[in-house]
Amino acid sequence: MTERRLLLGNEAIARGLVENGCAMATSYPGTPASEILAAVAFFQKQNRISMHTQWAVNEKIAFEIAYAGCQTGLRTAVSMKQVGLNVASDPLMSAAYMGVNGGFVVISADDPGPHSSQTEQDSRMMAMMAKIPVLDPDSPEQAREMIGLAYEISEKYKTPVMLRPTTRVCHSRQDIDLRAIPENNREVNFEKNPARWAATPKFRLQLHKELEGKLAAIARYRASAPVRLNPGAKGKKVILSSGVAAAHTREIMKALKLWSKIPLYQIRQPFPLHREFVTRLLKNYDDILVIEETTGVIEMQLADRYHVKGKLSQTVSRVGELSPEKVEEIICGFAGLEFRQFEPPAVPGRRPTLCAGCPHRASFFAIKKAAPRGIYTSDIGCYTLGLNLGAVDTVLCMGAAISQASGFYHAYKNEKKRPDVVATIGDSTFFHAGVPALIDAVVQKNKFVLVILDNRTTAMTGSQPTPASGIGAGGEPLNAVDIESLVKGCGVKFCKLGNPYKVKEFTALVKEAVAYSRKHGPAVVISRYPCVIDMLRKGETGQYIPVEVADTCDGCGYCIQHFECPALIYHDDEDRKYVTIDPLLCIGCGVCLEVCPKGSFVIKKN
Amino acid sequence: MAESIKQQLVISGLGGQGVLFVTRLLAEAAIEKQLPVFTSETHGMAQRGGVVLSHLKVGDFTSPLIRPFQADGLLVLKLENMARHGFFLKPDGWAAVNANADQQSKIGAPVDADRLAQKISNPKAVNLIVLGWALKTAERASSGNRLFCSYEDIKSVLKNRFGSQKKMLRASLKALEAGYNAKEK
Ligand code: SF4
Ligand code: SF4
Repeated sequence: MTERRLLLGNEAIARGLVENGCAMATSYPGTPASEILAAVAFFQKQNRISMHTQWAVNEKIAFEIAYAGCQTGLRTAVSMKQVGLNVASDPLMSAAYMGVNGGFVVISADDPGPHSSQTEQDSRMMAMMAKIPVLDPDSPEQAREMIGLAYEISEKYKTPVMLRPTTRVCHSRQDIDLRAIPENNREVNFEKNPARWAATPKFRLQLHKELEGKLAAIARYRASAPVRLNPGAKGKKVILSSGVAAAHTREIMKALKLWSKIPLYQIRQPFPLHREFVTRLLKNYDDILVIEETTGVIEMQLADRYHVKGKLSQTVSRVGELSPEKVEEIICGFAGLEFRQFEPPAVPGRRPTLCAGCPHRASFFAIKKAAPRGIYTSDIGCYTLGLNLGAVDTVLCMGAAISQASGFYHAYKNEKKRPDVVATIGDSTFFHAGVPALIDAVVQKNKFVLVILDNRTTAMTGSQPTPASGIGAGGEPLNAVDIESLVKGCGVKFCKLGNPYKVKEFTALVKEAVAYSRKHGPAVVISRYPCVIDMLRKGETGQYIPVEVADTCDGCGYCIQHFECPALIYHDDEDRKYVTIDPLLCIGCGVCLEVCPKGSFVIKKN
Repeated sequence: MAESIKQQLVISGLGGQGVLFVTRLLAEAAIEKQLPVFTSETHGMAQRGGVVLSHLKVGDFTSPLIRPFQADGLLVLKLENMARHGFFLKPDGWAAVNANADQQSKIGAPVDADRLAQKISNPKAVNLIVLGWALKTAERASSGNRLFCSYEDIKSVLKNRFGSQKKMLRASLKALEAGYNAKEK
């Protein structure tokens, strides 16, 4: 009774988890990994599975919760995007030494391109550093399969196992046959063993030795060994490939009629690379091409500088995504075939922009009015796009808006002219990594304004709840943490709430905060208005003010440049320049009424 | 399984236009026909008003992405994307393009989906109108490039999807039909 269903790569991973008896799944949202946990929660509900699923405050916490679960003998998993793994790297390194009891899978989704990330870092390098095995799926289907393999390895060798999908696996859809979900009847049993679970440095050395032993054994494990995809092909050249690059390679080698000419191996476990395979490879072939994303992890382990081509030899580009056309070019070069170079046309891109009616836009407009020559530190979320408005000067990583504001304050504090510093951070990001930075700022009496953009959701990644939402991954009611009390609890004396849609009042509020901060230290403004997309999704409606542009508009372009609502259309006609509003996009937030210096935006009559 | 159908389609538009929805409908049509299917989508930052591109491959494929000059068909929800993504099309492929009367689209079959959407008072339905139009366009394509699914197939996918939501279903079918029956200008 197999049922074929169209599943997103992330849903296939989730399916793999529930089909393999995962009893605890945690995550923090981040593209391209966000849909994994939501899908686990969906399957959990649909099949009434008794398990724990949750969005955690950040990746480190998500990791630690799921890790404790595996210490009790359960199968557990944590999922995140690659930069999230940086946040969780502390427990990762240590968990590798201590090992697991029940199976534990760490899913870290990479984003070569990058399409939606700060870096193109390769999580497989993190697996190498931590000394845990990593599996590299080429498709949604294989990702689902590999969850089973990951649990097998994890429990056999008592180690966390990483699954490293990339954007093209996470965000592909494929038809997949659903398998039965087993009854979960594992015993929950935490066996105390402080020598291991609370090991002191002396015992850590022992654990490290054990870890090396595990790795050596895993490098001999059959079930995860490289697979020869075209047994018929013979020759002195060979291609190794992993992840989605292997999927491209297969298709392209067939298209180029190389399938029967060059042997192709798929590496499913890039680290540790199977030792015997390496020996055989180096003995049997003169020319070895490795195609992998994004770093030369497989290539490094081949340890041969003369016959191996890949990232290290610069045969394969070290940056950017390996698109199928790039893969084709590389294979053609390797096989001595001609390749027709093709540059896609450089059409000026459309830059992403905040949605029409997005409350962030109003907040940024007010901030720029209140602190016109300020330094604006910001953070990770939809509001990063405030850079289009000139209201975002820095974006480093989660939570850095606040610590960087502190850093800028210290750098300038002895100067004669001190710029105002205004930090912006989203509600979810504030919880994630902003709180410790705010405490630091309070202690140090750092003079800057923090505007918390509280739109009541994690918007960028598809509206996951935040700790202030009071709901869980499956929509179940939970406790809510109040941001205002939290800010006050951090010791902030100036903490006020405002509605950014009321532009005038809100600008005055930010001004007040700026004035306060110059004298006393950190001032916090909570800008509260829900994300319009999230409201749409929930079927709620906000205020609707019908706006039109009056004839007084002379096309000065101020609103386009400084406000950039996508519903505003600029007309550059021969006889007249002017702005109109696109009725399809406008949501009637009415904020533009306050934006035009000439007051050309007016409320529609009747 | 149907004998060796292999088809590659590119669907291109802007964030918020419903590119993913159209991709989804086509993929579900493939599943209903017992065909293996692969799609690749844009998520995250680019969805905020940026360029959204999806690839759909039906048949025996392993890679989720389409190489330049390999697509059998192109669905373009916003004309400006023709310049961006036209290169995916193979020389004898077809393109269903949303363009108004003033805009000349050199390759492909234009349909004024924006105007049709206003006409049926469903401004958000541009995607379904272009899909309807693509189904018609592909019917006329040379035999090698016919679409793996028909107008009726997509109607049945919509019925499965919106089974209980009668209003949504009616509106969607109407939009699809408006595109399918749009006269080529
Ligand atoms: S999704 Fe929400 S928060 Fe993000 S840009 Fe749109 S309205 Fe703003
Ligand atoms: S009311 Fe003005 S600012 Fe708000 S969405 Fe419409 S055009 Fe944009």
